[in-house]
Amino acid sequence: MIPAKRNRVEMPRRDPKERSSDFIEVALGLDPEMAISEAERCLNCKHKPCVSGCPVQVPIPEFIQLVVQGEFEAADAKIKEKNSLPAVCGRVCPQESQCEAVCVLAKRGQPIAIGMLERFVADQASAAKKSRDEGAQATKPEKKYPERIAVIGSGPAGLTCGADLAGYGYEVDIFEALHDTGGVLRYGIPEFRLPKSIVDEEVDYVKSLGVNVFTNVAVGLTMDFNEMLRSGKYAAAFIGTGAGLPYFLNIPGENLNGVYSANEFLTRANLMKAYLFPEYDTPIKVGKRVAVVGAGNVAMDAARVSRRLGAEEVYIVYRRSREEMPARLEEIENAEEEGIKFQLLTNPARIVGDEKFRVRAMECVRMELGEPDSSGRRRPVEIPGSLFTLEVDTVVVAVGQGANPLLTTRVDGLELNKWGNIATFDEAGATSIPGVWAGGDIATGASTVISAMGAGKRAALAIHEWLTAKRDNA
Amino acid sequence: MFKVLEKDLLAENIYRMVVEAPLVAEKAKAGNFVIVRVSDVGERIPLTICDNDPERGTLTLIIQAVGKSTRDLVNIPVGDYVKDVLGPLGTATEIKDMGRIIAVMGGIGVAPMLPLLRAYRKKGAEIISILGARTKDLLILQDEVRSLSDEVILVTDDGSEGMKGLVTDPLRQRLESGEHFDMAIAIGPARMMQAASKVTKEFNLPTLVSLNSIMIDGTGMCGGCRVSINGETKFACVDGPDFDGHAVNFDELVVRQGYYRDEEDHVCRTLGEERV
Repeated sequence: MIPAKRNRVEMPRRDPKERSSDFIEVALGLDPEMAISEAERCLNCKHKPCVSGCPVQVPIPEFIQLVVQGEFEAADAKIKEKNSLPAVCGRVCPQESQCEAVCVLAKRGQPIAIGMLERFVADQASAAKKSRDEGAQATKPEKKYPERIAVIGSGPAGLTCGADLAGYGYEVDIFEALHDTGGVLRYGIPEFRLPKSIVDEEVDYVKSLGVNVFTNVAVGLTMDFNEMLRSGKYAAAFIGTGAGLPYFLNIPGENLNGVYSANEFLTRANLMKAYLFPEYDTPIKVGKRVAVVGAGNVAMDAARVSRRLGAEEVYIVYRRSREEMPARLEEIENAEEEGIKFQLLTNPARIVGDEKFRVRAMECVRMELGEPDSSGRRRPVEIPGSLFTLEVDTVVVAVGQGANPLLTTRVDGLELNKWGNIATFDEAGATSIPGVWAGGDIATGASTVISAMGAGKRAALAIHEWLTAKRDNA
Repeated sequence: MFKVLEKDLLAENIYRMVVEAPLVAEKAKAGNFVIVRVSDVGERIPLTICDNDPERGTLTLIIQAVGKSTRDLVNIPVGDYVKDVLGPLGTATEIKDMGRIIAVMGGIGVAPMLPLLRAYRKKGAEIISILGARTKDLLILQDEVRSLSDEVILVTDDGSEGMKGLVTDPLRQRLESGEHFDMAIAIGPARMMQAASKVTKEFNLPTLVSLNSIMIDGTGMCGGCRVSINGETKFACVDGPDFDGHAVNFDELVVRQGYYRDEEDHVCRTLGEERV
């Protein structure tokens, strides 16, 4: 049998019963035999559609061929030519709608498991380095240029932009408002999906490229962005501050105790490690019955965190149908396996409190799908007289995020679009201010880790080209 | 890491700490606050800035050690470090020209009041201060208040110093006497601010309050600090902490502040301590 005809490898995962009461990673990863066997299925085709399907153009066939040869560390180095965070991307990228979607083998429904292989080589390389007692260090790129560049935000966009700029030979300072790095990788994505030790390693790698990272600096408040550029200390800047403004439902009862934004709920659990309370000081309250409103990856994360914190019944409440759920299929399946219940075509109308101002229930209405709306999805319409009560004691609102205005409203001359996101004028994320680029969720609205990384990468190249042209013209 | 340069006990469980944080000290204005974290396992605690010295690069913080996190903070010895300090957060108070101000402060509410008094004083305002506490020993920072006020009225619940009663008593007396004020500022426990705002509302006296909600990030990202202002949800961390006292839903604020009381008590019990 030719390798391509073999079935795609399946990711070994922990038993749902066992995993749904702890925060240890769910996916177990491939072993070398599985990885090599999967890699052998790759046709190594000449036109490489997978590479163009990747927002950061990872040399996918090349790294997969290195896996075939058992050269796992070399495969990791190959990925890192384009992607500084492979252990993260191998875990959280929606490969099924990117590289794997355009894989030639996908036509037969069995694309190469690119994400699993990426994760595999990153973990192998990290383990090998550890066994040699090495950190996540890289060869420090030579500082070729005198300019210093400011990167605002240490999430996927900022880390990628910073790493690439250091690679080109610039001095880079990344500023992070929180006390720890990683942005959404740290506060948003739970430990069981992305262990924080992995985030630490990836950030250490970026630091080893010579990038300086300053936490506890909210640019706009702690430092004046305008002044940073005006003083000439920074020759250019990249803004990658993320989405970071939680949307609420604007229904009665939303300020009751027991109603969390997904941001607060996940930040408590992930960044503050409230799941380890009282070993960690930050508390989190999860009742017996939790309703998570929304059906994206963030909603799945919140539902699965609730489960792990002891909730007996956890509902995903979503106003459209299963087909429209924005979460990755893999995350929906994981949630279902862990006993999360789906209340689809259901819209919250009011949150009801008890005499102590705590959530007692959520009143909802049933919906049906009508004509397509501006997003092309069929618009959910309320079914008259369908009001019913969902008995819950905790509600997590996970219906998306807007642009946090903290920095953007404190930058002179920075144009924003009608949603408050930074207006960008080309693929690289050029803003209305010369020398300032923006990318990731603050420019595009909430999107994926990898698209933010792609934006960071394109901006880094644009900054390099802009500074080069400036030097040449001087 | 942020070095602790000075630490004094002002009253039982109330400490004054001077912490090195040059960037924050340079930018802090009246109405701003910081978020502090003691250690790697610590909570993020919002604290008002009592004073800042841009030249020395320091912040003065007043801390009431009521639970585990605040106790951990005040237990940091001079010369040692606070893990994280983020700031200056919040929207700084807009200091307008004001003729006469009546400033009502209770408990450690005097700490966030001082920068406001300093700022209004600079603008030439005449300031009548009402400083209240449960008992004499808890009347902190009296000298500082005096140096910034034209008149100071002391009030204690038990009458051990100054008037016996609540801060709202002299407030009501002064307003009822027909004396003219351009604004009131009330800072202290939520119930005190509520009571003071209720009194000033009767006299249509604009009143500024400073809210101390539960917060995590302090940058508008989590929404945990949401408060109802005239029925509209606002985030205390970025829209405040200053608000129009007549518009705040204090009942909601009080229950939201108490949401983690069980967990806080639990931690203190496991440490063999009493939550103050």
